[in-house]
Amino acid sequence: MRNVLKPSGHWLLHVIVVLSFCFSATVFSQEAETSAEAGTTSAETISANVSNEANSQPEFDSLVKELTQGSLPARAQTAKKLAALKDERVAKIIGALQQGTLYATKDENPLVAIADEAGNYTNAISGEKIIGDTEELKRVPINNSMRSQLRTLLAQLNLTHQDATIRLDAVNRMIADGIDEDSISLLQELQKSEANDGVRKAIDSAVALFNLHSNDQQLRLGAIEVLKDSLQQEVRTALSEVASNDTDEKVKIHAQLAIKAIDSSIAKYRFAENIFFGLSLGSVLLLSAIGLSITFGVMGVINMAHGELMMIGAYVTWVVQQVFPNQIAYSLAIAIPAAFIVAGLVGIAIERGVIRFLYGRPLETLLATFGISLILQQAARSIFSPLNRAVELPVWMSGSLQINPVFSITYNRLYILIFGLLVFFALLVILKKTTLGLKVRAVSQNRAMARAVGVRANWVDAMTFGLGSGIAGIAGVALSQLTNVGPNLGQAYIIDSFMVVVFGGVGNLWGTLVGAMGLGIINKFLEPYAGAVLAKVLVLVLLILFIQKRPKGIFPQKGRAAAD
Amino acid sequence: MLTQRLLLSDRGGMIVLGLVLVTMILVPICNLLVPETSALHISTFTVTLLGKFLCYALLALSIDLIWGYCGILSLGHGAFFALGGYAMGMYLMRQIGPRGQYGDPILPDFMVFLNWKELPWYWQGFDMFWFALLMIIVVPGILAFIFGWLAFRSRVTGVYFSIITQALTYALLLAFFRNEMGFGGNNGLTDFKDILGFPIAASGTRISLFLASGFMLIIAYIACRYIVTSRMGKVIVSIRDAETRTRFCGYKVESYKLWLFVFSAILAGIAGALYVPQVGIINPGEFSPLNSIELVVWVATGGRGTLFGAIVGAFTVNYGKTVFTSYSPETWLFALGALFVIVTLVLPKGLVGLFNRTKKVASKNSSSNTPPENPVPTTDAPIKFAVNKSTENSISAENPVIAAAVKEPV
Repeated sequence: MRNVLKPSGHWLLHVIVVLSFCFSATVFSQEAETSAEAGTTSAETISANVSNEANSQPEFDSLVKELTQGSLPARAQTAKKLAALKDERVAKIIGALQQGTLYATKDENPLVAIADEAGNYTNAISGEKIIGDTEELKRVPINNSMRSQLRTLLAQLNLTHQDATIRLDAVNRMIADGIDEDSISLLQELQKSEANDGVRKAIDSAVALFNLHSNDQQLRLGAIEVLKDSLQQEVRTALSEVASNDTDEKVKIHAQLAIKAIDSSIAKYRFAENIFFGLSLGSVLLLSAIGLSITFGVMGVINMAHGELMMIGAYVTWVVQQVFPNQIAYSLAIAIPAAFIVAGLVGIAIERGVIRFLYGRPLETLLATFGISLILQQAARSIFSPLNRAVELPVWMSGSLQINPVFSITYNRLYILIFGLLVFFALLVILKKTTLGLKVRAVSQNRAMARAVGVRANWVDAMTFGLGSGIAGIAGVALSQLTNVGPNLGQAYIIDSFMVVVFGGVGNLWGTLVGAMGLGIINKFLEPYAGAVLAKVLVLVLLILFIQKRPKGIFPQKGRAAAD
Repeated sequence: MLTQRLLLSDRGGMIVLGLVLVTMILVPICNLLVPETSALHISTFTVTLLGKFLCYALLALSIDLIWGYCGILSLGHGAFFALGGYAMGMYLMRQIGPRGQYGDPILPDFMVFLNWKELPWYWQGFDMFWFALLMIIVVPGILAFIFGWLAFRSRVTGVYFSIITQALTYALLLAFFRNEMGFGGNNGLTDFKDILGFPIAASGTRISLFLASGFMLIIAYIACRYIVTSRMGKVIVSIRDAETRTRFCGYKVESYKLWLFVFSAILAGIAGALYVPQVGIINPGEFSPLNSIELVVWVATGGRGTLFGAIVGAFTVNYGKTVFTSYSPETWLFALGALFVIVTLVLPKGLVGLFNRTKKVASKNSSSNTPPENPVPTTDAPIKFAVNKSTENSISAENPVIAAAVKEPV
C-alpha cells in the first residue's frame, strides 16, 4: 500500500512551485520594464540640461535673482522671461515659487534656494545642497493673481516637456483650469508638432473647447464634432452649456447630440467598470470559497474555521514583510508558499485533532470548528494585538491602469482576479489529474470500496483538509493586498463564502466559480441603486429565494449520490 | 393525569424548576427586605443579572425545542430574540415622550437628530403596551413562518438550514445597522425611562421584571413539556431520527417542523422582550451570528434533548462568562472555543448526560435495571447504527447525509 501512494507525495511541492513561479514571473517582468523606462528618461534629461546650460547660464542666473526682488508685477514679467529660456531648472524654480517653497536672502546678490519637505535647502541655480546657516533665507512672497499666472506658466512649460505623461498632465490641467487667449496660441502651435497620439488628442479637445466660444458657427460645429468622443467631465459641462445657451439652433442640436453620444459611452464604460469590480469581488469570493468547496463539498465537512485559516494566511504575509522589510516587491513569492504550508498544517492539525472524530455528524462538526475559529481569533488577538496591521503593497501592484477618465483598473484587483483563476485551475488539475485527486474522488464517492482497493482513507482525509486549508491561506495572502490584516478578517468572508458554495452547488468546483463571479457581479450592480449594505442584504434575500427554486445550487449533483 | 405527564415524570425538570422557584422567592426577599448591610443582601445589580440569565434560559429552551427534539439547528435564533427586543424597545422609546434630549413629544431622539419630520408607519401604535406585546409575538412569529415555510417546503435541511439561518441573522444585522431603517442604527434604542409608568431603574421594577422572566420561563417550560410529551411530540422526535421514514408514514413533516419553528421563534421573541428592559439597551449587535451560535452552545453544554438541560446550560455558561470576563476578558474566548470543542467531542449529551451517566453507573453497581428517562439524540444523521462507530471512518460513506454531499467533485 505504501508503494501505491508514494508518487503522489510530491503534489504539494508541485503546487507550491507552480504557484510561486507564476507569481514571481510577473514580479520580475514588471520590475524590468519600469527600471528600463526610468533609465532612458533620466539619460535624456541630463543631456538636455547640459546643452541648455552652455547657452543661457549668465542670463538664467540674473533672471533667477531678479525673480526674488522688485514689485510683484515686475517679478511676474521676470518669470515669463525665465520661462522663455527653455532651461530644465525653470520648471522646478517656478513650481517652488508657486508653492511657496522658494527662499532667498535679502541682499544685492541674493542666494536663491528651494526647500524640500524635510526642511533641507538646495541652491536653485547650482543644484547643490546648502549646508550651514540658513537663517538669512526668507520665503519669496507672492500673491493670488501671481500664483494663477505662475500656474499657467508652469503648465505651458510642462507642455514642452520631453515626457509624454507630463505633457498630457499639463494639457488636462489646462482644460480643468479653463483656457485663455495666452495658452490657446501655444496649444495651436503644439497641435501641429505633437508626436504622441494621446497628447495630441488632449490638445485637440482643449483647442475645441476654446473654439466652442468662438463667433464662427462653422468653427463651433467643428469643435462639437471633435468633442463628442471625449469623456472628460469639463467637456460635458461645456457642451451642456452650449446646448442650452448657444444662439444658433444648429449648434444647439449638434451639442445635444454630442452630449447624448458622450453619455452613452460613459454609461458603457460605467457598465464595464461595474463588471470589473464585480469580477474583482467575485475573485475574492472565489478564493475564499474554493477551499471551503473542497472541505464542504468533497468531504461533507462544515469548516467554520475556514475564515480564520484565511486570517492565518494574511498574518503570514505580514510576518514575511516584517522579516524582509527591504524586499517588499518579492515578499509575495515567499508569502504565498509560506501561507499555504502554515495554513495547511493548521488545517491538518484540526482534522487530526478534532474533525476525524466527528465524521457523519455535520452539525457537531460545525459547532466544534466554530469553537476552533474562536480560539484562533483570540490567539491572533493575543499574539499580534487586536489592532489591524497594514500590509505594504508591492510597487508593481499599486496604482491603476487608466484607460480613460471614467474607466480605470487598479492593478492589485486585476492581479488578484488573475491569481484567483490560476488557483482555481490549479486545483481543478490537482483533483482531475493527480493521484491525490483520484483518491480524493474515490474516497468521497465510495469510502468502503476505496479502502478495499487499498486507499488509505484517513490519509486522504487529512490531505484533502490540508489542501482546502492551504488554499484558504493563499486566499488570505490575496486579501491582505486589499484590506488591513486583523483578527476579524476571516469572519467578514465566511458567510459570503458559504453562500457561494450553496449558490454554486455543493461538490462542484465549476459551480463555485460561477457562483462566486455571479454573486460578485450581482452585488456590484445592486450597489449603485441600493447602497453597499442594502445590496448585501438584497443578495442574501435573493439567495434564500433562489434556494427555493434550486435547493441544490446552480449545478446540482445528478444520479444516485444526489438523492437523500 | 396531566400533571403526571408534564411534571412528575420529569425528575430533572422538577429539580430545575424547583430551583428557579426558590430563587424567585428568595431573591426579592433578600433584595427588598434584608438590609443592605447584611451579608444576605442581594444587590439590584445581581437581581438584573439573574433576570438576564432567566431570559437566556428561555431563549435556550426555545433552541432546545427545535434542535434537541426536531433536529433543526437554527444558527439565527438570535434574530428572533433581537426582534422581540426591538419591539419592546420601541414601546419603551415611545414612553420617553418629551423627556428626551431634544424634547420632542413624539419623535425619539435619534429621529430628531436625523431630521425626520414624522413617525414612520411601523412606529405607529407602539405607545400602547398591548400593541407592543402583540408585536413581540407577531413579528418574530411571522418572520419565522415565512422563512420556515420557504425553507421547509423546499426541504432545506441539516447544515444548509443552519447556514441559511445564519445568513438571515447576518442580513438583519446589516439592515439594522442602517440609520435609514429607523431603528436607531448603530446605537440602537436606549435611554429608556419607564415601563407601564414605573421607573425602569428602580429596584422594585427590576424585581418585577425578574419575577416576570421567571414566570415566563416556567410557563414556557410547561408548554414545551406539553408539546414534547404529546402525540405531536412523538412525531417530532421521529422526524429528528428518520425524517424520510416519517414522511412515508404519512405525516406532513413540513407542517410539524414549521409550527414548531414558529412556536420556538415566538418564545425567543418573548425572551428578547423581557431582556431589553432589564439591560436597558437593544442594538444591532444582538443580531450578530456569533450571539446566535453561542446560544446553541449553551444548549449543547447543558444537554440537548432534555428541556431542563437547556436551562442548566444557559445558567452555567453565562455564569462562567460573567466570572471569566470580569477576571480576564481575553481568556473568555479561549474558554468558549474550548467549550465548543470539548462538548462536541467528549460530552455529546452535555452536563445532564454526565450526571445521568454517573447515576447509571451507580445503579448498575446495585444491579437494578431502569431504562433512561429521556432519549437523548446523539447524532443528526438519520441512521442510528452509525453512531457508536463515530470514530471509525468507514461510517461516513454509509451515511446518506454525507454521501449526498460528498459526490463527484466536477
